[in-house]
This record gives sequence, C-alpha cells and structure tokens, in this order.
Amino acid sequence: MAETGVWTAYGLPLAIIVLQIFAILVPILLSVAFLTYFDRKIWAMMALRRGPNVVGPFGLLQPFADALKMLTKETIIPAGANKVVFLLAPMVTMTLSMVAWAVIPFADGWVLANINVGVLYLFAISSLGVYGIIMAGWSSNSKYPFLGGLRSAAQMVSYEVSIGFVIITVLLCVGSLNLSDIVRAQEKVWFAIPLFPMFVVFFISALAETNRPPFDLPEAEAELVAGYQVEYSSMSWGLFMLGEYANMILMSALTTILFLGGWLSPIPFAPFTMLGPFWFILKIVVLLFVFGWVKATVPRYRYDQLMRLGWKVFLPLSLVWVVLTAGVLVTFGWLPTTH
Amino acid sequence: MESMLREYLPILVFLGISVALSGVFILGSLLAGTQRPNPEKLSAYECGFDAFQDARGQFDVRFYLVAILFIIFDLEVAFLFPWAISLGDLGLFGFWSMMGFLTVLTVGFVYEWKKGALEWE
Repeated sequence: MAETGVWTAYGLPLAIIVLQIFAILVPILLSVAFLTYFDRKIWAMMALRRGPNVVGPFGLLQPFADALKMLTKETIIPAGANKVVFLLAPMVTMTLSMVAWAVIPFADGWVLANINVGVLYLFAISSLGVYGIIMAGWSSNSKYPFLGGLRSAAQMVSYEVSIGFVIITVLLCVGSLNLSDIVRAQEKVWFAIPLFPMFVVFFISALAETNRPPFDLPEAEAELVAGYQVEYSSMSWGLFMLGEYANMILMSALTTILFLGGWLSPIPFAPFTMLGPFWFILKIVVLLFVFGWVKATVPRYRYDQLMRLGWKVFLPLSLVWVVLTAGVLVTFGWLPTTH
Repeated sequence: MESMLREYLPILVFLGISVALSGVFILGSLLAGTQRPNPEKLSAYECGFDAFQDARGQFDVRFYLVAILFIIFDLEVAFLFPWAISLGDLGLFGFWSMMGFLTVLTVGFVYEWKKGALEWE
C-alpha cells in the first residue's frame, strides 16, 4: 500500500517527466543529425555540386555513418592538456545546448517547464555557452585552441549584449518573461513587422552567437586551423558539432518565438490554426535554410570588422531602439499592464 | 510558491539526463575506439613543429577590456528586464528614471568609444 502511494505521488510524475524529456531530446538529436545533411546539401547546391549522395537513398544515411565513424575513432587527449577540463568542455557545450529546450513552447501548452522567467533562463543558458569554448581553448594547452577560445569568448559576449537589448524591446511590447505569453502577444501582428530592424539585428547576432559563417572567426581555417577544436578528436569533437548545430536550431526557435509568432498560423482560420507545431517547425526550417544560405554566399568577416559591427553598430542601434520603443509605447499608452 | 518551484523540476531532471547523455557519448567513444596513443600523437599541434613554448603566455589586453565592457552592459540588460515587463505599471515616472540611468551609461559608452577602447585595428 505504502509503495503504491510513493509511486503515484513521486514515481509516476517523474516517469512522465522523463518520457516528456525524451520526447523532446530524441527529435532534437535526430534533427541535428539531418541538419548536418541539410546544410551540406544547401552548400553543395549553391556551389553546383551534388553533396552527400552515396550512403543510403540521396545520401540520407550520411549523418549516421558520420556518427558511427566518430564513435569508433581514437580519442586523443594531448599530453600537456588539463585532462578533466579537456573532456568536460564538450560535455558542457552539449549539455547547455540540450537543456535550453526545456522551456521552448512547441505549441499552445506544449512546453515541458512553463516557468514565468523563460526568457531569462534562455539568456542565462546562452551566456553559459561561452564556458564550453573557453574551457576547451584553455585546457588544450596549445596555441591555436587558446587564441581561438579567446576570440570566440570575446565574440560571443559582444553579441550577447545586443541580443539582450533586442530581447528588452520585445519584452516592452509583451510585459511578460514567459515564452508562451510572448507568442500569444503576437496574435494581432508578428513582432518581426513593427520591430523589423531588431529582427535583423537579432538574427545576425544569432549567427555570431553560434559561431556560424560569416562570423566563424574562432574556427577560421585559414589562420587558426580550427580554433578551439584543434586538439579534439572522435566523439569529444562530435559533441562540439552536436552542440553547435543544436544551438543553431535553438537560436532559430528563439527567433521564431520572439519575432515570427512561434506556433501561430500565418493563415488565421480554422484548419490551419490547429497545426501549431507544424508552423513552429516550418518557421525554424526556413530560418535554418537562411543559416545555410548565408554560409554558402557571404565571405568571412575580419576580426576588427566583427567587433566594430557588434559594439559600434548593433549596440547603439539596439539601445536607441529600446528607448524609442519604450517612448512610443508610453506616449500612446500601448503598454501592457498587469493590474 | 510550491507550484512555481515545481515547474523547475523538469529542468533539473532534464539537466541530469543531458549530462548523463553527453557522458555516455564520450565514454562510448573511449570504449568503442581503439586507443593507441604515442608521444607524437599526444603532442600539441603546431604545424609539424614541437611547440616552441607553453601556450599559456601573454595575450592581448583588449580581451580583458571586452570582458569588462560586457559585464557593464550585461548588468545593464539584467537591470532592464524587470523594468521592461513592469513599465505599464510604473508609468511616466518609471520611464524617465530609466532614461536618466541610460543617459549616464551612454556618457560612459561615448567616453569608451572616444578613448579607442572599441578599436581593434
């Protein structure tokens, strides 16, 4: 009797939570796998090549072949490295890119942890992302990783600031930190329209935040070989890759929630409004295509240009836009009130 | 209060599962791959040379500067969060107080800019 009581009180809810977590994690990991394929196909098509087409039909099994290869390679831990930190760094990157998904609403009410400070949580998790990279760069005890790690840390914190201000402008229009509330506030108009410049700033900062081209300075093959990843091999390298791609999907999801109306349907009547998760995923896929498109077409930035864009263009622009948004909302009395 | 905290339980479980999963990946590759280390493989990579000196030497002070600037502005953002969501209740007084604060920070920012703290050439 007592055992069943414990089961219904703690065991069952916990089991449901674990199931829900796997219902999020497994699709995410699968989409990361296929995103690598999707990305390579986009670059190939833009360069008039074929891309992966050998493993499985249309090369669709390529990501799994890659995963198996990575799993069976030798893990090299450099003799001069700080071994614990060296192995911890990819784990930190991977863990952070996974754990952020706990608060993402996939549709109305489809959210694992509906916390009231969802945006703050995501902001904190993405700030912590720097640790994985700087730990990797420092612990390798090798010059290229060290320089790459430093560069990457400086780059990520620089763009973190403008991302913060952009989020503030959205919050001014919503009056809540809950991600589902932010989506619901866009029922009349997606924030990408009134806050269009901030949408652009956010997306470009997202490229910089995830170290994607044209801001892949930390990995710049031409000068730093592969930056903080130089000394990594096999699955410890694979985790960085998984983390990077999972972060790309996360940043696309965040852009969708903040500016493109999350799960809201662009066609506002009955059969279409019921397809919440479909619209959410569609919007993410479109943004991910833009990620690949940018990589295939835009040349890499120089480091001083990168810092100039972050500190001298995006920061003043987003700061002015915060003041402007607040001013307009206060003047016209459009601010959301809680009481 | 308790129901609010209960929303954080899934995050805790999620954290546990993510850490375990990434641990399993690393352990799996350590077990599945053949490990045949030798001194050449384990030396730091430096385009074929033996490393000339330890990698943890001096580096450009501007990285520190960026870190400090980041702390200032990130704190500012953190300070803006509660203001942004309750501006509707604070009204004009809240608006002008924050404008005063932002003006002070902007003066600092302009000073940094003029001093060349943001130059990387």
